[in-house]
Amino acid sequence: MSAWRCPSCGYVYDEDAGNPREGFQPGTAWSEVPDDWHCPDCGVRDKIDFEPAGE
Amino acid sequence: MEAAAHHHHHDHGPEVDVNPATWRDPKRYAWLLGLIVPLLPFLAWGLVELTGLGLFWFYGPILVFVIFPLLDIVVGVDAENPPDSIIKWLEQDRYYRWCTYAFLPLQYAGLVFACWLWADGGLSMVDSIGLALTMGMVSGIAINTAHELGHKRASMEKWLSKVALAQSGYGHFFIEHNRGHHVRVATPEDPASARLGEGFWAFLPRTVSGSLGSAWEIERARLERGGHSAWSIHNDILQAWAMTIVLFAALTAIFGLVVLPYLLGQAVLGFSLLEVVNYLEHYGLRRQKKEDGRYERCRAEHSWNSNNVASNVLLYHLQRHSDHHANPTRRYQALRHVDEAPQLPAGYAGMILLATCPPLWRQVMDRRLLAHYDGDVTRANIQPRAERRLRARYGAAA
Repeated sequence: MSAWRCPSCGYVYDEDAGNPREGFQPGTAWSEVPDDWHCPDCGVRDKIDFEPAGE
Repeated sequence: MEAAAHHHHHDHGPEVDVNPATWRDPKRYAWLLGLIVPLLPFLAWGLVELTGLGLFWFYGPILVFVIFPLLDIVVGVDAENPPDSIIKWLEQDRYYRWCTYAFLPLQYAGLVFACWLWADGGLSMVDSIGLALTMGMVSGIAINTAHELGHKRASMEKWLSKVALAQSGYGHFFIEHNRGHHVRVATPEDPASARLGEGFWAFLPRTVSGSLGSAWEIERARLERGGHSAWSIHNDILQAWAMTIVLFAALTAIFGLVVLPYLLGQAVLGFSLLEVVNYLEHYGLRRQKKEDGRYERCRAEHSWNSNNVASNVLLYHLQRHSDHHANPTRRYQALRHVDEAPQLPAGYAGMILLATCPPLWRQVMDRRLLAHYDGDVTRANIQPRAERRLRARYGAAA
């Protein structure tokens, strides 16, 4: 599973955890997250700006 | 995916080694002054008792529209920034958080006190209206406190944000602001970004109705992704509005129907005060579209700033608006002055007064906006109705 980080505020979308509040159940693949979705914490950057987050 | 050695570049300035133990925050205790606002009904009552002058029921508008514009002139500006190396440390200091949390119990103690005064305080009609205007100032500035809290990741602070919004009935604000306004700021698509040639009284109905529709759309989309209907108990907007309904119903049940018109009036005044601040924060500023059809990122030049100390202390550094838009989750005490940001000629308190008089506003601000765009009016966010007239006046091809 992979994780993606907002380059503005550091929020991380982790596929394992998903983001149930945003409607993405645990295990929701990054590819299933819509392209027009933006960072839920800062709203400054869009999904397509996110960067792979290494652990 | 394997752990890629991907280094994320943080926007730090040159590293200066500053020891938190030796650095003193000059505004540290000044933030407590923000608590004057929820104490306004008590202060108004005290001043009336002390002087016998009913005028002091109007203490809220007097403070915001007379005292603070003057204080801004007298106290002046400050462009001091905390050293970059101290920002993290400054943000984790819980003292600053408690300054904002303390606003809330005072806010609601004041609202109950105001209801008691309206019902049983022996106030004349004019006194009661004065007190309602004072409560409107509390309501509006409470939206600023809600704004600070609503940007934070912690769910407790988000919940407190909703509570602070209950008095103004503007619970949808923390959805629309964070997920709508911050995404579309300084574009024609944002209802809360004012346009060149758009007077405040035309902006007000557009932003109120546009923000409401947008907030609902954002919340509906979120709930539908999770398989819920928009009309569900999970809807944050409905939850927040329910708080207002319960609050106003309880106060009306306790103090009588007489308080209801004042409660409604102060709520309208409160959110109008928030919207006039929205009006001046991005007036005429526009992000350009890139070749791929997306807007350029929000930068410092897309917000009007002010370093007037008095208004900044009252509003938790809201006037350092460019840094706020660049780093929305950053806590107020750590917000920085940015040199590239266009500066307002006065603090928010004075600019609010100016905005209520559109001819004066245009006189002062249109020139500044044009100068910001090197005289090129086509780069501004223009009110469509006024576009031809403004292009003709400022010499751009139609």
